[in-house]
Amino acid sequence: MNNSRKSSQLALPSLSRRRFVTGMAAGATLLGAPVASSASAQRNNPTPQPLRGNHFDLQVNYLPVNFTGRERTAVAVNGSLPGPVLRWKEGDTVTLNVTNHLAHDTSIHWHGIILPSNMDGVPGLSFNGIRPGETFKYQFQVNQSGTYWYHSHSDFQEQIGHYGAIVIDPAEPDPVAFDRDYVVLLSDWSDDSPHDIYAKLKKEGHYFNRRRRTAGDLWQEIRQKGVAQTWRDREMWNEMRMSDRDISDVTGYTYTYLMNGQTPDANWTALFKRGEKIRLRFINGSAMSIFDIRIPGLKMTVVASDGQNIEPVSVDEFRIGVAETYDVVVEPADDRAYTLFAQTIDRSGYACGTLTPHQELRAEVPSMDYAPVLTHRDMGMGHSGHDMGGMSDMDHSGHDMGNMDGMDHSGHDMGDMQGMDHSSHDMSGMQGMDHSSHNMGSMSGMDHSQHTGHQMPGRTSGLGRAGFGSNAPVQHYPSEYGPGVDMRAQMPANGLHDPGIGLRGHQSRYGRRVLTYADIRNLTPTIDRREPEREIQLHLTGNMERYMWSMDGIKFSDAEPLMLKYGERVRVTLVNDTMMTHPIHLHGMWSELETGDPEYIPRKHTVIAQPGSTISYLVTADAYGRWAYHCHLLYHMPGMFREVRVV
Amino acid sequence: MKQKMMCCAALLPLLTTSLAFAQDQEHGGHHHSESMEPMDHGQHQAQPGTVPADGHQGHQGHRNPYSTASLHNAPNQPDHVMDHEVLLTKVTIDQLEAREHQGSALEGSLWFGGDFNKLWLKTEIEREEGETTNSELQALYSRAVAPYWDFQAGVRHDFKLEGGDSKSWATIGFNGLAPYFFEVDSALFIGEDGDSALRLEAEYELLFTQQWILSPEIEMNFYGQNDPESHTGSGLSDIEAGLRLRYEFTPQFAPYFGVHYEKKFGNTADFVRTEGEATSETTWVIGLYTWF
Repeated sequence: MNNSRKSSQLALPSLSRRRFVTGMAAGATLLGAPVASSASAQRNNPTPQPLRGNHFDLQVNYLPVNFTGRERTAVAVNGSLPGPVLRWKEGDTVTLNVTNHLAHDTSIHWHGIILPSNMDGVPGLSFNGIRPGETFKYQFQVNQSGTYWYHSHSDFQEQIGHYGAIVIDPAEPDPVAFDRDYVVLLSDWSDDSPHDIYAKLKKEGHYFNRRRRTAGDLWQEIRQKGVAQTWRDREMWNEMRMSDRDISDVTGYTYTYLMNGQTPDANWTALFKRGEKIRLRFINGSAMSIFDIRIPGLKMTVVASDGQNIEPVSVDEFRIGVAETYDVVVEPADDRAYTLFAQTIDRSGYACGTLTPHQELRAEVPSMDYAPVLTHRDMGMGHSGHDMGGMSDMDHSGHDMGNMDGMDHSGHDMGDMQGMDHSSHDMSGMQGMDHSSHNMGSMSGMDHSQHTGHQMPGRTSGLGRAGFGSNAPVQHYPSEYGPGVDMRAQMPANGLHDPGIGLRGHQSRYGRRVLTYADIRNLTPTIDRREPEREIQLHLTGNMERYMWSMDGIKFSDAEPLMLKYGERVRVTLVNDTMMTHPIHLHGMWSELETGDPEYIPRKHTVIAQPGSTISYLVTADAYGRWAYHCHLLYHMPGMFREVRVV
Repeated sequence: MKQKMMCCAALLPLLTTSLAFAQDQEHGGHHHSESMEPMDHGQHQAQPGTVPADGHQGHQGHRNPYSTASLHNAPNQPDHVMDHEVLLTKVTIDQLEAREHQGSALEGSLWFGGDFNKLWLKTEIEREEGETTNSELQALYSRAVAPYWDFQAGVRHDFKLEGGDSKSWATIGFNGLAPYFFEVDSALFIGEDGDSALRLEAEYELLFTQQWILSPEIEMNFYGQNDPESHTGSGLSDIEAGLRLRYEFTPQFAPYFGVHYEKKFGNTADFVRTEGEATSETTWVIGLYTWF
């Protein structure tokens, strides 16, 4: 155990140097290739270098970059995008002098690190930010280990390169055995400035959605289902003025997706020797992009979530929300290359890289999966009374088989596909499910308080037991009824077992096992074993048309802080009253996700709230001060944000 | 007629209060933003975990009275990066087009403001056979009153044209997105001399592809009186309908071609006939849709 850790420490600097050379070589190869027209410009974006120790000087500065053939100016740390990988040691006190060379304020937030609130790096809450020309000294003790990241909490700097990875080596022997480790930091780059993107969203919310419903789609549906059924299926969406294809606010229409700062063409490459255990530390450092990750041909053993060790789970695919981290271990048995494939939730693009025994060896890049379509469930409109396990295997996308016709299955790795009969997607079965009967008129008259506590063991009233989630009825506050809120989930499902839109039914469709939150158990026993003293039900709200986001219908600037009493154990239940997938990040304290086992509650810093669903976690308010609590989708942050104050 | 006058009188106080309200709203009007809504039931109740209204001390920026007060770098700046609303300006040219018979038209709008409160300018200019036949400008205060609807109130000015007088109107209306994705603009106009008019517009977008978009639209004008000077008669006066097929090179830049149809009714039609002009007309159009 100790050995493997040592070897990784030794291996990392030399590997990264090699990686740097590899990146150059890849660029050169592409230059020589016949299709190098746009690739030629992408060669020189520098890759992050690891920095280790307990004293760091970080320079925040402008950096010329070129990801698309056009020169742009990024904001980056120490001259690379992402910034350097900071390698700390658990137990050390680290000092980080951050100097601002920009014309604007900046800051660094150490995402997922438990530290005093004045070191947390949120301007206005932790400190005043770092003024141009100033140096701010961060200093704190590192009391945890694992994979984390850092990013600016000022303006929209996260979108333009101001982020990097943190890897903390444990003080005790690492329970995870591995021969090498690599950071795999995913991000999204746009040649448009983040303020332009934000303004476009405010002016036309569907600006970046290039998959809007067309007359052709309608015609396909009518041919398959008839006019009457099609009308009924479309009815709710038309009444609500929403699109079931509104998956991501910002898409591949403007984004180029990066893996460790490399475009898919530049292809970030990591080396391995056959038989080695490789630990991949996935970090989603995107502004707006949720990724689904798989490595065709390799099983991934998930060993850590948000930096915390978990009971290993073997999966074929997992979703990583913005700001989440997952560590997986892979053991390639063959002398072949593998593609690390990270497609966005809306399938508008992907980041990819190669895990290979030889630099020249590349694997096929799979084509993207079908693009998901939202269902009634994602609008919080029902099925919550059904067995959730069954739900997650349902093929919701079958509602839109017209869309499927255009799919290219040929690119999929056939190894995964074996024995699958695509024709077995039984349309008649799908038609038997009448989703259309949920109509808004009848919904509004329903008594919401009845739709609760349907699946929790134990108590049927009052607070649910620690580890099992909420028993409380879902209630919509009066503040949720205003121009800023376009929907309220009437019968929100529990999001725990849901792999999420676009990942449901992948076991039957592709034979892939997909990670869900319900699979996650902490490796070590729960530390705070108290029952929650109270529950905070927090509604994630918004208006897609106006592009306004809020909590409980109140945007940050109008909201009072959420008060926690020092030492108390509370449950937070998020009710997602929108049809977007929101990664919610609490600073300063762990979000202990209630996945059904009170003995081994996993600790997360960022929790995905599925569309139209609920999710519960426990928080021990063991950190005094003012903390940020917000959706980590960058352009939702101005509204969907709260101050949490522990007093 | 008498009814129209009363209607006008009733509207004026509403107009002034809403404009005054707008000023009140611009800064620091937090928490009251929903109080206009019929649905508001007092939003301070039932917010578990939040502090009671305390004058918003959290963002006033004086030092945290709690345990972080001892920290050397506790924030003392009132400004938090994420806590102020972004004010934006959008200019939309819905139609900038050439029509058959030496005609042309411009229909566009500009708004400036935040999520709830905006200032709108709307303009319509039409030319036929080298002569401007219609030229108007509206300046409106716009307030979000429902998830998909803005209430708009202000003034409209019809510029002096050949053979006519300029005319000003007070206007109120609703602008928004109706179920089934119909973009709707409705406005009631009350003129200086008590004249009244009503305009209803609706538009739909049908996507053939992500870039080829067919947009049918219809506009109806009603008047409360006969006005020989402006050639408008009481009741339904005219209908304009259009069918435009645009190609979005980007969502912000889309040339189009299409057909424009106009028909006049009732007394308006009579006025037009007296002038020896046709009461209906169909013209081909070619133009540009753009916004920024």
